[in-house]
Amino acid sequence: MSAGTEKIDVTVTDIVKLNDLVTRFKFERSDGGQLPTFSGGAHTVVEMQDDGITRLNPYSLMSDPMDQSAYTISVRRDDEGRGGSLFMHNRVKTGDRMVISYPVNLFSLDLRARKHLMIAGGIGITPFLAQIKQLDRLSGRFELHYACRSAALGSYVDELTANHPNAVHVYYDDQKQAIDLQRLLTGQPLGTHVYVCGPKGMIEWVRKTSAALGWPEEAVHYEEFLAPQSGKPFQVRLAKSGITVDVGEHESLLEAIERAGIDAPYLCRGGACGQCETDVIESDGTFVHRDHWLEDEDRASGCKIMPCVSRFEGRTLVLDR
Amino acid sequence: MSTFRFPPSITSRPVYGTLAPRPGKAHLMIADAEGAEALLDLAAADPELFANAHVIFIPKGTGDRFTEPLKAANPSILHVGPSYAASVPRIRRVLSDAHMGLQVYLAGTEGLMGQAMNEATAAGIPHSAIQTEHRGSVARRMQCVHCKGITEDVMTDPFVCAHCGLTLFVRDHYSRRHAAFQGVCIDAEDPGNIPDPVELYS
Repeated sequence: MSAGTEKIDVTVTDIVKLNDLVTRFKFERSDGGQLPTFSGGAHTVVEMQDDGITRLNPYSLMSDPMDQSAYTISVRRDDEGRGGSLFMHNRVKTGDRMVISYPVNLFSLDLRARKHLMIAGGIGITPFLAQIKQLDRLSGRFELHYACRSAALGSYVDELTANHPNAVHVYYDDQKQAIDLQRLLTGQPLGTHVYVCGPKGMIEWVRKTSAALGWPEEAVHYEEFLAPQSGKPFQVRLAKSGITVDVGEHESLLEAIERAGIDAPYLCRGGACGQCETDVIESDGTFVHRDHWLEDEDRASGCKIMPCVSRFEGRTLVLDR
Repeated sequence: MSTFRFPPSITSRPVYGTLAPRPGKAHLMIADAEGAEALLDLAAADPELFANAHVIFIPKGTGDRFTEPLKAANPSILHVGPSYAASVPRIRRVLSDAHMGLQVYLAGTEGLMGQAMNEATAAGIPHSAIQTEHRGSVARRMQCVHCKGITEDVMTDPFVCAHCGLTLFVRDHYSRRHAAFQGVCIDAEDPGNIPDPVELYS
């Protein structure tokens, strides 16, 4: 059921601490074979066995998409998160065996574009690292505008500016540098596509500004992984499976369903891809929709939920699962 | 009014809408014949749009009755040209100078909209971001699938290919790349058995 999420057994072969917040991990196949190629912008879902809890977190692949010897990801430590990034930072050691999914791309380059305009905020740089390597091969035209908090936290700034001195522009918040988005978007030649990956506010800013300037939405691409947020515990009945599951405070509905042994569909686990969309058969309470997928009508109807990030508060919830 | 409601058809067949003002830095409007009426409706809906509009109009048999009203809409540039083919260099030049934020509005016959859309998509605008509104003649630009020749302004089904002389059945199967509907030999299996031509949508 978990379409496209075929698994790969890998070994952690290198861990590099880049700065206070970001650490890079290198995975190679445990059987010594080659990994699949991918396309820039793809992510992999990393399985973490954390004291009985299985965590499945998506991370953008940042290595060269044509390099089949290894994948690399960069993980930003989130001290307030649910623990996936802390597990990666504190528990994973070189030589550990892990399981990752086949690459899935929900943020691919539109290769019809005449020019690729990339806007990154913080750790949102990672998908662009792979995309830039892909464009290097294709001699694609790109421009990267990368905002980070400070030079100390500017992951990969040196590598990017050294390799692409004319295409990479870096902005440091602590030096009061900011992307002049209005001006940047106004001067782009016809056929430019814009890609943004970063905090929610940055994505909204780029989407709103580009729409107001008349950019077609087909030329505006964004990726934001939502981490499932904690919430009040609730109970869900799975009608097809005939079981009732308790969803804990710090687990997502999807995780609770999986814990009960149900193979539910998913891809991104971040409210973006639509794969886990589930029909609601009965409900008495309030939905806490957090995804980017459902249309307003779907939410209003109360007939659909995205269990990867959304929750429920109330007495009864029956899902068609 | 010069509007025509096309009956529902296969998904290949283009579907046209109603031009609506959209935010943008610049506006390129290309119309032929009664397509001018759609531009005038647009001007009535949002007169300010025309301050940054480049209008390319091909009267195509409508004489000069739309010239004054289009001038009165006060576009930044109004070009009235003798034919679509003659306006192509201008369209390409405008597109090559344009930046993201350009809005494209096409109105009039299917042949004009299809060909102008081809230019706009070749310049990098997604086809779904280009607005179209059909006005006037339902004549079609047809490609003979046998000799690949294009016959403009086909009004009957079947019709005779202007290039190879085969009698062609008018299909709704459309090619965005050629900006033309496909015409297929109607009497291939029974040569000479050709039904009487019927005017399209009559």
